[in-house]
Amino acid sequence: MQTQVPFWRAALLSLALLALLLGGWEFAARSGGAVGGTAIDPEYAALVGAAAAQGGQTPMPMPSEIGARLWQLLRDPFYVRGTNDQGIGIQIAYSLGRVGIGFALAALVAIPLGFLIGMSPLLAAALNPFIQVLRPVSPLAWMPLALYTIKDSSISAVFVIFICSVWPMLLNTAFGVAGVRREWLNVARTLEAGRLKTALRVILPAAAPTILTGMRISIGIAWLVIVAAEMLVGGTGIGYWVWNQWNNLSLADIVIAILLIGVVGLLLDRLLGWVAGAVAWQE
Amino acid sequence: MARLTRTPFAPCGCAAPHEPGFACAAPADGTGAHGAAVDEAVLRAVFPDGPTRRAMLGRFGAATLMAAIGGVFPMGHAREALAQAPAAPEKRDLKIGFIPITCATPIIMAHPMGFYARHGLNVEVIRTAGWAVIRDRALAREYDAAHMLAPMPLAISLGVGVANPIPWAVAAIENTNGQAITLAMKHREKRDPKDWKGFRFAVPFDFSMHNYLLRDYLAAHGIDPDRDVQIRAVPPPEMVANLRADNIDGYLGPDPFNQRAVFDGVGFIHVLTKEFWDGHPCCAFAVPREMVQSMPNTFAALMRAIVEATAHANKPENRREVAQAIAAQNYLNQPPTVVEQVLTGTFADGLGRVQRVPDRIGFDPFPWHSMAMWILTQMRRWGQLTRDVDYRAVAEQVFLALDAGRAMREVGLPVPESTVREHVIGGRRFDPADPAGYLASLPMRR
Repeated sequence: MQTQVPFWRAALLSLALLALLLGGWEFAARSGGAVGGTAIDPEYAALVGAAAAQGGQTPMPMPSEIGARLWQLLRDPFYVRGTNDQGIGIQIAYSLGRVGIGFALAALVAIPLGFLIGMSPLLAAALNPFIQVLRPVSPLAWMPLALYTIKDSSISAVFVIFICSVWPMLLNTAFGVAGVRREWLNVARTLEAGRLKTALRVILPAAAPTILTGMRISIGIAWLVIVAAEMLVGGTGIGYWVWNQWNNLSLADIVIAILLIGVVGLLLDRLLGWVAGAVAWQE
Repeated sequence: MARLTRTPFAPCGCAAPHEPGFACAAPADGTGAHGAAVDEAVLRAVFPDGPTRRAMLGRFGAATLMAAIGGVFPMGHAREALAQAPAAPEKRDLKIGFIPITCATPIIMAHPMGFYARHGLNVEVIRTAGWAVIRDRALAREYDAAHMLAPMPLAISLGVGVANPIPWAVAAIENTNGQAITLAMKHREKRDPKDWKGFRFAVPFDFSMHNYLLRDYLAAHGIDPDRDVQIRAVPPPEMVANLRADNIDGYLGPDPFNQRAVFDGVGFIHVLTKEFWDGHPCCAFAVPREMVQSMPNTFAALMRAIVEATAHANKPENRREVAQAIAAQNYLNQPPTVVEQVLTGTFADGLGRVQRVPDRIGFDPFPWHSMAMWILTQMRRWGQLTRDVDYRAVAEQVFLALDAGRAMREVGLPVPESTVREHVIGGRRFDPADPAGYLASLPMRR
């Protein structure tokens, strides 16, 4: 059993680790960048990057450069300067929109279907082989098929989100529904509650924490997958933005994107965690 | 520039009503795909029975047959009547996909520099992630037209590398030359291709000039491109990162990524493809074949915008301005100096020298049928195309040389007399009259 540690001590250690990491990075980048400068034609030097002019390779960006770039991006996150040049806030909003639609559709399909599977052992046995084969497939493997049949890249991205978030919700719902205590169902029957009433008033509240756990897993996966899907189909979204900055070999922007993707993923997880806390029950 | 702005105001003599400042949408001479459509319609009317028509065509040939019909039917008038359709484009709001490379210069610059708007079109140019994505989005008609590699419409039309053959067309060539072989810095002493056994190369796509040129170049130096080296398809933006990570030894890729490797100190430019085949095509402005018939005025307006932009980009005095216009984040998203070095041809080669090659990249819209024929021989040579085809007939179907020529004539550019010419590739003559003989004479084939 762990003993409680004061909050401030953990926070201090976190900060110290961060400072050590960033400081080490900055130091390594600064010392690694300078290669023994050979005398070089100034006209040639003007045509290549600073590091290439000294016979080296462009180094990793330093944390200070990344910080400056982050400030520049966050100062104006919602600008639109043409189809291919929009602010980072807008890109994240596009990604969240796709995840939201795909996730909502998946919940609409998975939760009722999970209920049926959980309540009917026959259906559970019949559908099990399909679920077991399709579940481990990487959602991105569906992408070419989706593009080919749907013939629309943004709907294809939503479809990929749908297909990746449907399985954890489906399985967890079925598991939660199947695991409702027999006594409670018997009590409901004694009280002459109808099937629908039993499902809504007894099974749903009892299975809600398990269903929410499935939803929480799903949204995490969906947020992981949207970045990869948008790198493939392009157009808009944070994944496309990463691809685009990679195109420009701008590593500072990619580090920033990693940071923002992490923060947004954390917020999504917290949101569902908060909902899960609201429906939790204890015996 | 002066001539280009003046040309659209010149009297065009098409007699169709259109606003001043816009050239007429369809030309009066009735050649090209328009004319072909009339010919076919008349032929069908005269010989409604399919087998008879085909037998007659086989026996006498299309030209003789049309000449005979022309004796009793005013073919010229019919062609002109169709060609003189009203000038207003059927569809003004168009989406055009592009890959962020300098090959797409005319397609991209026509947007910020107003060439599309001048011809009454409201075009959105959309940066796209890779060649397979461009192909899928174009086939799904999310794009009205697209920037493609010149071999792609040939492959799509023949049903190679796609599920079903779909008639696609090269309306204009985007650029000539402008590619290079870039090698990792550690190979700076290995300049002879004979030392390249075991190298891992990247090309942008299987159906690309890059793939065919690299294979031809290697084969000419006795290196078997399938057995002695590895050739992978890698999207251009990922080439520099892979070169840096030592995943590949080099690539034959599009600019700005050759120059970008130099800029970042990762690689050096071994040879420009222009040294190998001066004037080779690379990328194309591709449209679905049916667009020529279903939206003739939009097609004509688009052609004029593209041809004008191509001519503007080709002038050395405009290159700096063009580089500034397309390097921005909305288009190529590259440091301006990299794009400028590519377009002006004054560039650092990665080995400490500044080279001056003004024709490092060129812009010439004319889609020579002989270029298509060479591409087809290479598709056959390396086993992508597993059956024999009539090279000339496929080239004429896919490369719309007559339509491009008409648009060029309208904006005052010289138009070649013939649609085929002799090319010299790696010191070997390609005679368009004998593509099969050329193919048989090549070393190595699958």
